[in-house]
Amino acid sequence: MIEAFFELFLARYNYWMAIILMLIGLYALIAKHNLVKKIIGLNIFQTAIFLFYISFGDVKGGTAPIYLPEGIDALYVNPVPHVLILTAIVVGVSTTAVALALITRIYEEYGVIDEDELKELVRGRR
Amino acid sequence: MMLAHLPVFLVTIPIVASLLILAAGWHDRRFCHPIALMTVLFQFGAAVVLLFEVMRGGTIHYHVGGWAPPLGIELVIDSFNGFILMVILLLSAAAMVYAKRSVEKEIPADKTVSFYVLFQLLITGLVGMTITGDIFNLYVFLEISSITAYTLISAARRPHSYVASFNYLVLGSIAAGFILLGIGNLYVATGSLNMRELAVMLPASYELATVHSAFLFLMIGFSIKAAVFPLHLWLPDAYAESPSVVTVVISTVMAKVSVYALFRILFTVFTTAYILDSFPVTGIVLFIAAVAIIAGAVLAIGQDDLKRLLAYSSVSQIGYIMFALGVANQIALEGGLLHILGHAVMKGCLFMVAGLIIYRMGTSRLSELRGVAKTMPVSCAAFALAGASMIGIPPTIGFMSKYYLVLGAFEAGHWLYAAVLLVGSLLAAVYIWKFIEVAYFGDSHGEEHGDAVGGDRHDRREREAPVSMLAPVVTLALLCLILGIGVEILMEHVIGPAVTLLLGGA
Amino acid sequence: MPDLSALLPAATITIPLLGAGLILATGRHENIRESVTIAAALAMLGTVLAMLPPILGGGKISLTLLPMVPGGDFALRVDAFGMVFALTAAVLWLLNSFYAIGYMRALREHAQTRFFFCLAVAIAAAIGIAFSANLVTLFLFYEVLTIITYPLVVHIETPAAMKAGRKYLAYLLVGGIFLLAATILTYLLTGTTEFVPGGFLAGSGAALTLQVLFLLFMVGFVKAAWMPLHGWLPAAMIAPTPVSAFLHAVAVVTAGVFGIVRVAGWVYGMPLMASLGLGVALAAIASFTIITASLFALAEDNLKRRLAYSTVSQLSYILLGVSMLSVAGMTGAMVHIPFHAFMKITLFFVAGAVIVAAGRERISDMKGLGRKMPVTALMFSAAAIGVCGLPPLCGIHSKIFLMVGAVEGGMPVLLLVIIASAVLNAAYFLPIIYTMLVDRPADPHALDGVAEPPLIMLVPIILTAALSVLFFFNPSVPFMDLVQIAIGEITAGGLP
Repeated sequence: MIEAFFELFLARYNYWMAIILMLIGLYALIAKHNLVKKIIGLNIFQTAIFLFYISFGDVKGGTAPIYLPEGIDALYVNPVPHVLILTAIVVGVSTTAVALALITRIYEEYGVIDEDELKELVRGRR
Repeated sequence: MMLAHLPVFLVTIPIVASLLILAAGWHDRRFCHPIALMTVLFQFGAAVVLLFEVMRGGTIHYHVGGWAPPLGIELVIDSFNGFILMVILLLSAAAMVYAKRSVEKEIPADKTVSFYVLFQLLITGLVGMTITGDIFNLYVFLEISSITAYTLISAARRPHSYVASFNYLVLGSIAAGFILLGIGNLYVATGSLNMRELAVMLPASYELATVHSAFLFLMIGFSIKAAVFPLHLWLPDAYAESPSVVTVVISTVMAKVSVYALFRILFTVFTTAYILDSFPVTGIVLFIAAVAIIAGAVLAIGQDDLKRLLAYSSVSQIGYIMFALGVANQIALEGGLLHILGHAVMKGCLFMVAGLIIYRMGTSRLSELRGVAKTMPVSCAAFALAGASMIGIPPTIGFMSKYYLVLGAFEAGHWLYAAVLLVGSLLAAVYIWKFIEVAYFGDSHGEEHGDAVGGDRHDRREREAPVSMLAPVVTLALLCLILGIGVEILMEHVIGPAVTLLLGGA
Repeated sequence: MPDLSALLPAATITIPLLGAGLILATGRHENIRESVTIAAALAMLGTVLAMLPPILGGGKISLTLLPMVPGGDFALRVDAFGMVFALTAAVLWLLNSFYAIGYMRALREHAQTRFFFCLAVAIAAAIGIAFSANLVTLFLFYEVLTIITYPLVVHIETPAAMKAGRKYLAYLLVGGIFLLAATILTYLLTGTTEFVPGGFLAGSGAALTLQVLFLLFMVGFVKAAWMPLHGWLPAAMIAPTPVSAFLHAVAVVTAGVFGIVRVAGWVYGMPLMASLGLGVALAAIASFTIITASLFALAEDNLKRRLAYSTVSQLSYILLGVSMLSVAGMTGAMVHIPFHAFMKITLFFVAGAVIVAAGRERISDMKGLGRKMPVTALMFSAAAIGVCGLPPLCGIHSKIFLMVGAVEGGMPVLLLVIIASAVLNAAYFLPIIYTMLVDRPADPHALDGVAEPPLIMLVPIILTAALSVLFFFNPSVPFMDLVQIAIGEITAGGLP
């Protein structure tokens, strides 16, 4: 019993953390009305995915994938996920930047950053 | 020597060009459009050359920087994406010619330079998505095109466009997140990111939950981007609120590339063995496609704004392409690919006409466009021709793709679904006719002329759109007819081999 | 020297299309524009007549133009039956063009360029249907015909006209969908859609499949206005009369019945139809339509609408003839196509003449019209009794064949249908004749200012009536001869 519990939860805690963070992020993204909070949720969601990637690239006993004096014989973690996530982080930052710019414009135009009030105003202006 | 590097030039030269546009535009705004136009024309020429090369010599594999996969990124051009490449660059070129006057009218002057830079990057991202053979590279280019699209949608500074863009951003980012998760799962299962290698290595792991979840994440992610019903909610606002030229590009090029990516993942990475045996989704896809066809068309019929009407029509038409995927036999897929080309040309023309009408009339509400055919005869004639193609009147290309789709459905025994397809074309007739009636017969005799366009009778001189905007419109409309008449050539040399490739043949 | 005669079918379709383009270009110069129409009509008649001798000799002219879709290339084949339709169409387009020019000018109608453009393209589509070598080409021209006749139907652009146009389009496009489904299904079952005399469908599927397929074809050919799918035809009467004359004699409705006869003779074949029991089914539909439409005609006071219902009824004579699945029945059906066309167009021409010269549409307003418009009224009377099936007009020939065919085909009950309908025809035509010729209006000044229509309209009326008489005395040339050849082709494989 303990074996199974250990197997399912503790051995794979990294995946569970990633899933929980993803769900928190998605919840914020969907359920929160404030536009800025939505973007924060989006960031949490994206960060969770990054953590997921990095965590599965881990090698037991490996060190950061930067060349040590021993060269290629030393034990490194898998560098490929790191590379991928660096790109993804840049993507995430750009998306956030655009989103925040849009929120600024929306605020200038409509005076609110609440989703429901915004819907009302948009419908009213049509 | 130069030709060998053509695939990577397709992506790098436009990136350099966008920087050039930025630099030159600082100087003088008027340099932007010529540079952008030349770049897109170069890309179109390159696409044609590459397609001929593929038809002659088989698939092209290009290793970026000389690094071989799986460490390096590979650009692959086969008959399928060679065909798609040509379609999207044709539409991009037409849109770029169209853009000159359209941008002058709709985008604030001090933002013209940024607009062209982003526009160029959007096209680059989409081209990159099409030719890459590495699945993470696909994600990168997807995001390049998405972020530029989010920005471009609100470029015209219309109030509602900010909200539309924000909603699209939220949904698009969720989609990108799912796609990233899917890619991660595939990497976990196989250790490779190269599409060809994945196709070879995955069958060993078909039973793993990892692979199933990768498949689901990727499918849902790309379905959101392709606006497959019911994940299409971002589309009507995004299409309706963007500047006209942006609508043309995202409704034709972006939508098609997203569908291409879906096909690529389903057929090349996961192969038909998976989607038919291990994880049969074709039935569900077919059902959803049928719903999309009907729902999109019905929603389109109820619209008063021309651009929204065309946007919902796009939702319906994407249903047709997913229908081909759901039936998944040779004939239906040929119809689906033909529809990718046909719909791009038809919808491009229709949205361009909508843009022309906005350019001259300042509105796109049908109720305010009575009798517009008298003031803009060429534009409305082009709309009529492209509209006839949407309805499926022979010998236009719309009819040809419909024929293949129905034949494929009949062959597979999906009688009811074929009927849905046919009903869909009737519904298309209803919403296309909404415009035709208003434009040609709107200021009817026996009614007051109060609503007619151009208030007084003697103000009815022709106010047709400028030639640089009309030329692409007329070209695309004529293409609807010409491609339909020449469909056999297309089928035999390009689309047939492409489908055989997709289904796992030589 | 390449055989140019092989290009004649394509030329016959291209000439009206070129004419249409020229009409658009010369739109502002009315006289030039009208001459283009007349010139195109004459040229087209010329090419059709040029193809007549080889066809009468039993030959065919084939022309494959383009591969199109799996199942059908874009191909034309001129055979005897196609010639029947094409010749009718060509002659009547010429006469209708003169008539239309007179009508539109007399009423100072608007949008005349659009009108003549659409007429020209429509005739090209009709000829295309006549010369189609396979179902796909037929479908192509069918849909083009549907779309291009829409602006003609809604020509006057009133809200009522737009509503009628929507109804028209709805019926015809739905029919098109069924025709497409039927075409694709045929291809799926047999691997081809090419017309073969005597049919090619035998043995390609279960009986139920083939019966359902025939139903799909029947709905597809909704242009034949069989009940209860006839609603579009009376609604389309809101069009200007040259359009009604064209729709009812030349293009749309004839295309509908032509299609059904083509499918019966060249896709199914008479033996197959008999074995599937389709003859009985078709006879039931046709009989129902004949009787019911005649009853509706009795109730109509608007002359054009009464003629519309008469057309619905008469078209089902053709279907009735097909359903008999006998030589005489088929002959009667095929020959009724041109003969009915010539007589019906005369009647419609007169209706239009009355609108132009007297401004009246209702029969009850036409009392004593014969005194002021004697020639016109006389032509109407002649054509009317011809439709009833009396000499000296050609209608009697087709009626006799139908009656013989009913007995020959083993369905003598159809004789009753034919006789009953003849009685009903008289019941709704004779009162009109009486009203025009004998009756007097209550107000003695009601007909002041009424005179014969202009010559440009009157001459076509006289000509079509005269031709109807000519065909009575000389049915062979050329229609009976062509029909005999066609019958010979499709019965070569034997009769049921």
